[in-house]
Amino acid sequence: MMKRKGKYKKVMERGTERLLSASGAVTGIVILFIVIFLFREGIGLFRSPDVEKGYALYLNTKNPVEQLTPYEIKQIFDSEITSWDQLGGPNKAIRPYRVDDIFKEYPEEEWGDHYELLSGKLEEVIKSDPNIIAFLPQRYAPPVGADIKELPAKNITIAGFFGGKEWLPTATPSPLFGALPLISGTLLVSFLAILIAVPLSLGVAIFLSELATKKTRQVLKPVIELLAGIPSVVYGFFGLVVLSPAIQKIFHLPVGETALTGGMILAIMAMPTIISVAEDALDNTPRALKEASLALGATKWQTICKVVFPYASSGIVAAMVLGIGRAIGETMAVLMVTGNAAVMPVTPFESVRTIPATIAAELGEAPAGGAHYQALFLLGCILFLITTMTTVIAEFVSKK
Amino acid sequence: MEKRAFKKALFFVVAFMLAACSRDNSSLKITGSDTVLPLTQKEVEVYMRRSPESKISVTGGGSGVGIAALAEGIVDIAQASRKMKFEEILKIGSKGIAVEEIVIAYDALAVVVNNDNVISNLTREQLEDIFTGKIQNWKEVGGDDIKIIPYSRETSSGTYEFFKEHVLENKNYKNGILSMPATGAMIQSVSQTRGAIGYVGLAYLDKAVKAVHISYDSGRSFVEPSFENAGNRSYPIVRPLYYYYLTASESKVDPFIRFVRSDEGQQAVKQLGYIPFTQPAPNNDEKKGEI
Repeated sequence: MMKRKGKYKKVMERGTERLLSASGAVTGIVILFIVIFLFREGIGLFRSPDVEKGYALYLNTKNPVEQLTPYEIKQIFDSEITSWDQLGGPNKAIRPYRVDDIFKEYPEEEWGDHYELLSGKLEEVIKSDPNIIAFLPQRYAPPVGADIKELPAKNITIAGFFGGKEWLPTATPSPLFGALPLISGTLLVSFLAILIAVPLSLGVAIFLSELATKKTRQVLKPVIELLAGIPSVVYGFFGLVVLSPAIQKIFHLPVGETALTGGMILAIMAMPTIISVAEDALDNTPRALKEASLALGATKWQTICKVVFPYASSGIVAAMVLGIGRAIGETMAVLMVTGNAAVMPVTPFESVRTIPATIAAELGEAPAGGAHYQALFLLGCILFLITTMTTVIAEFVSKK
Repeated sequence: MEKRAFKKALFFVVAFMLAACSRDNSSLKITGSDTVLPLTQKEVEVYMRRSPESKISVTGGGSGVGIAALAEGIVDIAQASRKMKFEEILKIGSKGIAVEEIVIAYDALAVVVNNDNVISNLTREQLEDIFTGKIQNWKEVGGDDIKIIPYSRETSSGTYEFFKEHVLENKNYKNGILSMPATGAMIQSVSQTRGAIGYVGLAYLDKAVKAVHISYDSGRSFVEPSFENAGNRSYPIVRPLYYYYLTASESKVDPFIRFVRSDEGQQAVKQLGYIPFTQPAPNNDEKKGEI
């Protein structure tokens, strides 16, 4: 009887072990899958044409211009470049033309039931005007030949993505995916957050572990941990309604939604993490070390500076890095307080747009598989690499 | 710890996907524009009270999401705050399905500035120059010597596209314009920034900000954004709100759509601050999106 029970127990144990290792393996595979998915979608961007997919630009063959950069195309359709001589052509006014324009000129009956007459009409339009640049769906495009030429399609380049300074993902005909302002915005906001959060959190951690009475500690610690439980939207709203007008007034700025506002909100959000990890590290200092230092005649402050701090330093660095990770990935609060202007930040008193905010705000409406969608995934990859790096550093330092 | 949280999240995702896959033919599914969402919800609420046996589920996500879902046959009605784009028509056409479009109400956009701003009239051309970055100081349009801070909505919003098409005539907003994730945030920011200018749906207008009178005839007449002016179309920045549905499923969606367009349904439109489509229109009402 006893023997059977023992056997049963063994089977159960082994089963549980299997189950645990299986769940570990599944989790690992899923994570790997997500990473592969992320990068596959992201890298796809560099195989996407720089003009909207399925569309092309058409010129009259009398026009000598053979190539245009995405930025030039954007300027043409925004009427910032108005004459062909700015692009190496004749001194004639550019006439930008979109497919919708033809619907204004000709009544619906003239296109045919399935738009089969459309391309003929478009052909007429382009033939008749040597200064036209027409942005048309390739399916209904007029035949390229003696009178009409198609601008050669190029792919979005790596340099254009990482070096571009304009983020206009929904611009037609040529969306601009310049990630530089977004990357630098993310780094600036995180840097400000760390700059504010680290000294404050270390102060609180030292106070909690070394100076506070047991009672204060019992009250303060749960309160600080409570801060971590507040939803980020609430922080964001607080930032928008309270912090941003305050910053606007104090620094006499035209706008209150700045990188600094975002940094301060993130600092408040990262503090609970940093405080509790740093406090644990300080707490782990052996009592014997501290008492030895005090017995040698060192003051309390000397003990903290010379004994406790060096002993806990690796834990403190880990706390800081965890805080950075929290700050870099935060979405909602930043989306609400930084103003989301995609410009290269020069001072902390300007609006910036961060990567997480961009993904959160734009992914919902980006057509799946399109260039905009892929660009957002690539931003996700960049974010992933940054946070992975911080985690690896944290692991490395805390093991020391 | 993190792994566990992750697995939990994964579980929910899978559960959600399973739920999304299980199709129930008797219920009506509506998705799409977040602008139309509150209106549809209200309509459904009233409609269900009248005929409690009907099952209708409503979700948001954006006009583009709705039309894509309609093309895939996942939903019965796509609510949209803009007309279907040419490429969307092509995509649906290539699948060999026909789609019907119907206007259910109108929505107007108001241009708002800070209450301390002395400006109360702007022309369309001035708005274009302000939002594309050509005019940068209020004194250029007759105001105080303050830098103009234009606020835009996020690119995913139908309002963003609508404003870009109708007011900026398809030009891009200036590079690095401030963009707000929601209407509430827009009003909040404009109310606390002196040089600010932004745009919100007429229904969201409140005393925290000042609505500018708009002229679309180069300054000859300026019209105040109000329900009356939007209703009789003298106010220019008005857009129709649409329902799209497959021609094949007309019999299924017809009772609900007829209800929305009935007097009772249009009463709800008014209550929510949108403009009923039945209001007298000076000319062809169905196509009146462009002014």
